[in-house]
Amino acid sequence: MKKSSFPQRKKEKYQIEIFEDWCKRCGICVEFCPKSVLARDDTGLPVVKNPDACIGCRLCEIRCPDFAIEVKIKEESVDRKRKGDPD
Amino acid sequence: MARGTTVVHQYLRHDAIFPHVWCPGCGNGIVLGALIRAVHHLGYPKDEIVLVSGIGCSSRMPLYVDFNTLHTVHGRALTFATGIKLANSRLRVIVVMGDGDAVAIGGNHFIHAARRNMDLTAIILNNRIYGMTGGQSSPTTPYGMYSTTDPYSHIEPAFDISEMAACAGATFVARSTVYHAQLLQSLMEKAIPKKGFSVVEVITHCHVQFGRANKLGTHIDMMKRQRDQAVPVEKAQTMSPEELKDKIPIGILTDMVRPVYNEEYENLKKRAGLTN
Repeated sequence: MKKSSFPQRKKEKYQIEIFEDWCKRCGICVEFCPKSVLARDDTGLPVVKNPDACIGCRLCEIRCPDFAIEVKIKEESVDRKRKGDPD
Repeated sequence: MARGTTVVHQYLRHDAIFPHVWCPGCGNGIVLGALIRAVHHLGYPKDEIVLVSGIGCSSRMPLYVDFNTLHTVHGRALTFATGIKLANSRLRVIVVMGDGDAVAIGGNHFIHAARRNMDLTAIILNNRIYGMTGGQSSPTTPYGMYSTTDPYSHIEPAFDISEMAACAGATFVARSTVYHAQLLQSLMEKAIPKKGFSVVEVITHCHVQFGRANKLGTHIDMMKRQRDQAVPVEKAQTMSPEELKDKIPIGILTDMVRPVYNEEYENLKKRAGLTN
């Protein structure tokens, strides 16, 4: 296979934060997650079941009617520096 | 107090009470999120945006965002917006209305704002029912559907808001659903800078009133229904009317250039010698 000419970038890891007091337990984020990262607990609150599967599409964040979910890039996984970039 | 660090949280009004007033799973919050992200991507400062609304569930939107906001009387949001735009043409005026607000009580104002081609952006949330007042039929309730006032089914045909706007002379007309939230944001990003009357019709769900009366299931079922019913405009043009019967064409329906009222008004002022 031809090697990509783009610099190899470390796979980013995502962290999902849910604000319990803003969440109305509607379940839209759980239902429409393309990678089934989220699940619902007994009260209907979304919980992060499978954080490694998250691809960072932010569909949960975009479709959350209550602005109660946030997808963050994990700090240690960011490797944006390229060759020749100033420090 | 805003909680998170996303773009949306930066635009929320810090003294408003959260969680907001809408029912769990309501699409209004998704539209508000898309609107905030669209304004942020366009790069307008908060002080240049005026968000005007009338009365209804969706019209509570200005309470939560940190723009210049105006919550006006039922159906007359467009008239207030017209006044704002004529007084200060530098401002970007966005009008948020429900279907009842825009085409029932304010139907007259809507078609005449489109005819004049006022430089406004109208975002119309179409949930096909009067949700706030208890689920009465609205002019966009489809034929044969049920509501509180139509227990034996609705016998009137419904308005097509986008078609009506295009016929009345709006220069930009687009339609999306709340399921297609990313498309909705990109349509708003096109509609807000557009010169002239631009309309974005958003098909949303009212699972509490419309869904319950018609046994359409939960808000998730209704969003899946939106996903299944939506077809891109390009594809819809190749389909027959029978195939399009239960479908919702989404995307840009009309995009043209016409003389804008505000510019004509400025020219008129010059001709009359009112400006130096």
